[in-house]
Amino acid sequence: MYVAVKGGETAILNSHKLLAEERRGDPAIPELSVAQIREQMALAVDRVMTEGSLYDPDLAALAIKQAQGDLVEAIFLVRAFRTTLPRFGSTRPIDTARMAIRRRISATYKDLPGGQVLGPTYDYTHRLLDFALAADGAPAPVAERADEPVAAAMPRVADILRGEGLIEDETPGDDAAQPYDLTREPMRHPAGRDQRLQNLARGDEGFLLALGYSTQRGYGSTHPFAGEIRLGEVAVEIVPEELGFAIEIGEITVTECQMVNQFEGNAEQPPHFTCGYGLTFGHGERKAMAMALVDRALRVEDALADLEALLDRALRAEELGETVRWPAQDADFVMYHSDNVEATGFVTHLKLPHYVDFQSELALVRRLRREHAARRAPQAPEEAPAANASAEPEAAE
Amino acid sequence: MSGKTTTSSGGVEAETYNFAYLDEQTKRMIRRCILKAVALPGYQVEFGGREMPLPYGWGTGGIQVTAAVIGADDTLKVIDQGSDDTTNAVNIRRFFARTTGVATTEATDAATIIQTRHRIPEATLRDSQILVYQVPQPEPLTFLEPRKEETRKIHAYAEYGVMHLKLYEDVARFGRIASTYAYPVMVNERYLMSPSPIPKFDNPKMDAMPALQLFGAGREKRIYAVPPWTTVRSLDFDDHPFDIETWEEACALCGAGESYLDEVILDDQGGKMFVCSDSDFCQRRREAGHTGAMSDDPRAAVIGGDAAPESAAS
Repeated sequence: MYVAVKGGETAILNSHKLLAEERRGDPAIPELSVAQIREQMALAVDRVMTEGSLYDPDLAALAIKQAQGDLVEAIFLVRAFRTTLPRFGSTRPIDTARMAIRRRISATYKDLPGGQVLGPTYDYTHRLLDFALAADGAPAPVAERADEPVAAAMPRVADILRGEGLIEDETPGDDAAQPYDLTREPMRHPAGRDQRLQNLARGDEGFLLALGYSTQRGYGSTHPFAGEIRLGEVAVEIVPEELGFAIEIGEITVTECQMVNQFEGNAEQPPHFTCGYGLTFGHGERKAMAMALVDRALRVEDALADLEALLDRALRAEELGETVRWPAQDADFVMYHSDNVEATGFVTHLKLPHYVDFQSELALVRRLRREHAARRAPQAPEEAPAANASAEPEAAE
Repeated sequence: MSGKTTTSSGGVEAETYNFAYLDEQTKRMIRRCILKAVALPGYQVEFGGREMPLPYGWGTGGIQVTAAVIGADDTLKVIDQGSDDTTNAVNIRRFFARTTGVATTEATDAATIIQTRHRIPEATLRDSQILVYQVPQPEPLTFLEPRKEETRKIHAYAEYGVMHLKLYEDVARFGRIASTYAYPVMVNERYLMSPSPIPKFDNPKMDAMPALQLFGAGREKRIYAVPPWTTVRSLDFDDHPFDIETWEEACALCGAGESYLDEVILDDQGGKMFVCSDSDFCQRRREAGHTGAMSDDPRAAVIGGDAAPESAAS
């Protein structure tokens, strides 16, 4: 009945014990192993790695187990672990053109070098509950292998378009600065594309999905085509200072999405296509596509910044034909609200005691009510005939 | 894989993390930001806030500031809502006890560092103490202008008319300024600053305080400071001067008439009591023999902390 002022520490420790008991569930049911989660909940593991910014399937699986399957909590656990890790160096950019492809589709060409590779996808499954999965002990399914391997050369659609000059060149120059690192530096605006892409890669899938969706429903002015989605393994390379050349330190699975969007051009540039880019660890097509849509929407700001150098202020909006009008184009709004670890912390902090502030508000409201009653009391007899006039004395104060 | 070992003793883990959890490079970065903040009273300094093992919004900014300034011979006090034993204060105190091993205390005068959420202790602080505030939203203008690009300009030009207009609109609508907590202050007659969500009752304590006041906002990645003996003025108008909350009641446990009071609901028939929000202040007064209207009431024993602790299994 009462809020005890003492005893918080005991309560917290007891709460942790209860949590551990609930996490385990019915002890008659065998305990999940981290390896089982890693192997059989792989898409959850991939999401935790992507938004947790740490490529480590075992740790992600452990976090999922510890968080009872709450992926946002698992992402938080991985982030808090990641922040303590020492930095040995930076890798070279991964080259997705050299990816060992497991899946590659393009919605812009019927066929292209390397072909369409469907790979593992839920896209064409009928969403009927498979009750066969409810029974344990079925033999492990084995997919038949194709007679020949996928093509060794699998050029990216964006590169094909770039060869024709139809799409903007996105290659950073040799003088490009080190990419921004949001985990070391605070958010800055206006943000460069490197900072935005890092923010989106770490951003909440649901939030980006909704924003990306909004750009397709008129809250944005892009006309996206899924130029290419590819899934597979890429090599990770570093250049150790003492060697001076790149060595491969391992391989990671990534999903990449390049959205191709029309751009009408302006006085300086002929019409061409622009890209929205999405990349996730593991298999995360929904996230990669949503990220690419939002990346493209946010590029309004790049266009504005470029044009500022070219045109005087009066001409800018008309020439570009794009201005920041919609939520998905608003970098400040998108980037400050995309991170689910930040968002969940601040939303759930409302569970913390606020009774000092509430007391302060109570005192004010009680005082205002007293003053309100005092003002109305002498005018009570006149209220019925002149209801509208009774509001005036308050408004005048 | 991390090089960390975990030992278990008595159910409490003691990870061998660096002293105060953060690595020394990070602490140095935060200390540089603190120095800049002290040099520019009230100015919000960006810092490379780290992801902490506690949630954003639950004190990560204050924790990082404390971690950057705490040393092995410090004595730490942590309060939330004025009390040492609210769950979040307990949790943060446990965090530092585990990661630093420093002495902790509930006595305001025994502490060298006091980390707080939502209150300033009633007792006057000394010049050898540091008060670290947990700040959810460092930007006082955020509800008037949410965009950081804009608020940076407003601070740069000290064009604070929009805040005065907001206060004026309160007066026009309610007959008085209707901010009660996070009441905006002008620091050193230069920067408009949020005092964090302390009740305005505590604002006057910030003015010319002998102790160093540091503010950490982890999610928003900002640090700011009020150096000792700095002017902190709560905004007001000549005809609507700043005032603080008052109560007709005194503390039901210690009889204090000039402390900030919490209202505790006793039943569903309108029964309530008022007690000091600052639990150490109240405890000291009771030990010194002060009594309040409900000192002998058995229900007050629960409030005062002499009865069974709350259970997690409610």
